[in-house]
Amino acid sequence: MHPVWTHPVRPHPAAIAELPVYVIRKWSVRHARLLERIYAGVERALLMAAPVINRIGHERLEKPVAAVEKTVKGVLFDCQMCGQCALSSTGMSCPMNCPKSIRNGPCGGVRADGYCEVKPAMRCVWVEGWQGAQRMKNGGDIATVQVAIDHRLKGSSSWLRVVREQTAAIEERSDA
Amino acid sequence: MIFPDEPVPGYPMPILPGHTSPGRFERILRAGHFVVTSELAPPDSADPAAVYERAALFDGYVDAINATDGSGAHCHMGSLAVCALLTRLGYSLIQQISCRDKNRIAIQGDILGGAAMGVANMLCLSGDGVQTGDHPEAKPVFDLDCMSLLEIARTMRDKSTFQSGRKLDDPPRVFLGAAANPFVEPFDWRPLRLAKKIAAGAQFIQTQYCYDIERLQQYMHTVRDMGLHDKVFIIVGVGPLASARSAQWIRSNVPGVHIPDSIIDRLKGATDQKAEGLQLCIDLIQQVKEIEGVDGVHIMAYRQEHAVPDIVSRSGVLNGRTPWHPRAYDGDATVQQHLEKIQ
Repeated sequence: MHPVWTHPVRPHPAAIAELPVYVIRKWSVRHARLLERIYAGVERALLMAAPVINRIGHERLEKPVAAVEKTVKGVLFDCQMCGQCALSSTGMSCPMNCPKSIRNGPCGGVRADGYCEVKPAMRCVWVEGWQGAQRMKNGGDIATVQVAIDHRLKGSSSWLRVVREQTAAIEERSDA
Repeated sequence: MIFPDEPVPGYPMPILPGHTSPGRFERILRAGHFVVTSELAPPDSADPAAVYERAALFDGYVDAINATDGSGAHCHMGSLAVCALLTRLGYSLIQQISCRDKNRIAIQGDILGGAAMGVANMLCLSGDGVQTGDHPEAKPVFDLDCMSLLEIARTMRDKSTFQSGRKLDDPPRVFLGAAANPFVEPFDWRPLRLAKKIAAGAQFIQTQYCYDIERLQQYMHTVRDMGLHDKVFIIVGVGPLASARSAQWIRSNVPGVHIPDSIIDRLKGATDQKAEGLQLCIDLIQQVKEIEGVDGVHIMAYRQEHAVPDIVSRSGVLNGRTPWHPRAYDGDATVQQHLEKIQ
């Protein structure tokens, strides 16, 4: 048995929970499986609508779609609109809320109670993400190495990007 | 200890098949020796003598010296500069690269620069948050994280390109390392995160301070089950605690350092706490050495660097081996000529 011990520095309980964004973020991680399913539906719908989206033009749609995406994901995940969403591989916990912007798992500074070393009142986004990933069907994707982020995409819509990437992939396949 | 094909000790050696660097450190690990590394506390000074003196403390007792990169988010002489000074004397350096202070443009430049100066080993770190340091008002950069940094360093070495895809004329031939902390949450993810670092390019690992052998044993058990110990060299971090009080301070104030109560009780019960701290470190090294899959120890003796030789010799981990160091070759004409040339 590992000896039980407690970390002497704990954030004050009152400071922890009650920030509304943290409460909703935690809800999202607890319902990672449901959100995974919903997102799969959203992605299917987007791909079905791809011909229409492509006809209207991504440039024209960028602003309104990004605004919707920011609102929805902002409420659910405290999304920072990095423009290259990885939520499906991060247990539905937004890695851009990590004060060190680590997109590949928890750093070595996680406090004994699972809180962040930089923001002691916040649960480590990766401790949360790990729990979220256990609940997801494709939670194993958390093991995928996320390469360096492209900072030019900040603020842009990930949803439209998925449409572009998938359309390109389909075209490539039909060419081959 | 020098290798037969080491022309001037300290100079880059031929890269053997299956090796990625011309350095002594990779050679020693791949030859199956139990290695000892230590970290140099970079001076708050522009005097190079301070660096030479600190390195000389480890002469004959360590296989490589870590040049820390603003560790604990404190300002000191830079990692690259410490490497520049010490590689000229032939020391094996592990250049620490943190993502906190520099973006990918600066970091890739440092990787090329380090390799050009004879740094054969680089340790890719995310870095401590600025809030822990002496400049908490600084802007944290974190353009990359440890994993994307590893991936970029490996791309530079193996594909000879920058992250942008632009070609390098000559790639940095380096042995790549990363950190691991088996002693903090989420415990069941830690071995998987190690696997991820290996996938991103890590060839050796230096861990956070180990004061909890049981936890390390559990971690290594999983690591062995996953076969990771065959894919990466694992060097476990250890260090002497000065007293029970300082141990308590460290565990409350230094992020990521886990010190169980039993350790603090042992220090409290001792008449000479400092001596007990050293003995504890030696005991831990000997216990760590027995764990299958552990390839060495990394001694971080913050403010007790002078105790490193004593710790190494009393623990007996080098098995009679003497790591190369410049002073051992004082009488050697080739080395003398070499040193005169570069100093």
